[in-house]
Amino acid sequence: MRRLLRKKIAVGALLFIGVFYFCGLFAPVVAPHSYTDQNLDAVNQGPSLSHPLGTDSLGRDMLSRVIWASRTTAMVTIATLLTGGLVLAVGLGLLAGYAGGKVDTAIMRVGDVFFGLPALPMLIMINATVGARVRGWGWLGAIERGLRIDGFPDYVVIFGALSLFFWVGGARIIRSQVLALRETEYVTAARAMGASTWRIIGQHLLPNVSNIVIVSLSASLGAIAGTEIMLSWFGVGVQPPTPSFGVMLFEGGSIRTLQANPHLLLVPGAIVAGLIFSFNLLGDALTDVLTPHAR
Amino acid sequence: MQGLLPYVVRRLLWAPLILLAVSFIAFAITRFGPGDPLRVAMGQYSDPVALERVRHEEGLDKPFFEQYGIYLKNLAHGKLGESLTYRNRDVSEVIFPRIWVSARLGLVALLIIFAVGVPLGIFAALRQGTWADPFSISVFLFLQSVPVLITVPLMLLVFVLKLHWLPAAGWGGLFDKRIVMPALALSLPGIAGIARLTRATTLSVLREDYVRTARAKGLHEFTVISRHVVRNSLLPLVTVVGISLATLVEGAFFAETLLGIPGIGKLTFDSVQGRDYNIILALALVLCSAFIIANIVIDIAYTVIDPRVRYERQRLG
Repeated sequence: MRRLLRKKIAVGALLFIGVFYFCGLFAPVVAPHSYTDQNLDAVNQGPSLSHPLGTDSLGRDMLSRVIWASRTTAMVTIATLLTGGLVLAVGLGLLAGYAGGKVDTAIMRVGDVFFGLPALPMLIMINATVGARVRGWGWLGAIERGLRIDGFPDYVVIFGALSLFFWVGGARIIRSQVLALRETEYVTAARAMGASTWRIIGQHLLPNVSNIVIVSLSASLGAIAGTEIMLSWFGVGVQPPTPSFGVMLFEGGSIRTLQANPHLLLVPGAIVAGLIFSFNLLGDALTDVLTPHAR
Repeated sequence: MQGLLPYVVRRLLWAPLILLAVSFIAFAITRFGPGDPLRVAMGQYSDPVALERVRHEEGLDKPFFEQYGIYLKNLAHGKLGESLTYRNRDVSEVIFPRIWVSARLGLVALLIIFAVGVPLGIFAALRQGTWADPFSISVFLFLQSVPVLITVPLMLLVFVLKLHWLPAAGWGGLFDKRIVMPALALSLPGIAGIARLTRATTLSVLREDYVRTARAKGLHEFTVISRHVVRNSLLPLVTVVGISLATLVEGAFFAETLLGIPGIGKLTFDSVQGRDYNIILALALVLCSAFIIANIVIDIAYTVIDPRVRYERQRLG
């Protein structure tokens, strides 16, 4: 960690990501307006004192819209990281590497299928078809109202589909590490001393793959955030009025809007580009710090 | 080369199984998904009797597995079915001209990626330790981070609305100035990857003994770089064409839709919007086949380029 902080670029990237996630997760507190508040006397305004980033075509405060949109990105990336990244990738990777044999073959072949598929078209299809059905499930709406997270069913659809595709890379790397690790002396020694399988996995394998897990996860974060934005842009992700960068970019990207109000594209565009750039820089820095032998 | 042939055969045998799985999944999601393709195709005020008649003609009122069976049978005869939005036109008639457009566009983008990425990577490697190395790579890493759906509107803003250099949309083949924006949009995100890989391979080649020997012989630095370094550092690049391919397909969706280019990206967008089952299915199959074939070719390329790689049956434990 200290070596990471010595890199100025990495610190800058971390700072950007930190502010982004803070604003996102605490959007109800941070945002000056609600994302639906309209002021039809002040539509399509440029930056001003009362609206630092201007207003959109419905007179909604852009700063607040952006903050609420970062909430969407924050939640989807975190949820995908936990389900697809940690549970599926680490779990299946460990299982495949440690159990070997038929379990290994089965997991890796399923992985091959997902890896061989073009992810984005498949995600669009899944979200366009299954998505609408999942959104109709009543208990998801109940959670939405209970937790006061607007757009909760959308989030579930998106991170569910994303997780399906994002575990394969991580699982492959972890499996290959585990294959090497389980032949090491200390694992043999632990087994000889009668340690249970869970103890070996928890005490000896997990700590040794954790660096690689961090590196592979940080490398995929930018892609996850980007894919959510693409899906929402396509109209199959987060549904309006819940704000998402994808929807904002779609609205700001038409040629007529560009001509009259370029800030509707530039504001969300700059933040999205900054976020993904930060993720990429951080991923690079982490790779340098955590896997020195890869250089 | 010993283990290669059985390996390729095994992979080729897997391919139809994977495609079968994909076709089933895709078939299931299109049939069980919401939205009625016929109602979309025939408009809001269609005659319900006519709607049911067309549904019967298309066989869309049959049980699910019977429909899937019929689909597979037609597929085995090379028939992809009829488009539901372009009435009375075969799916293949609709799809293949579009693929040709996308393929040409993708090829141009790929050429730009390599033409810029490779010299950039070599340049960065030779300047290792100076500011030029991280700077040049970071610039393109930033370009890689900007999604296509932002670069395209930005280019529209600059080239079309401000400078009036280019028309806003359309497609006129390879030698038309309308190809500039989509080709740039597709290639900019891919350059950083190629440049960084070239940089890494060039750096490792620079440390080789034969480079030191060449320098010790008193060869001119330019000769050392062009004859000994570049040649050897380029070989591994062949293998990343596949990765670039995935990026290209992804970018094509947005670039084609935004710029009105009649390729498969725009077709996918339109047919998802219009619930054109048969086209969606055919696109899924065609894209997956392309990916599978590309992956196999790349694996073969690995062994041809680097004979140390062997694909033998992995022993476990």
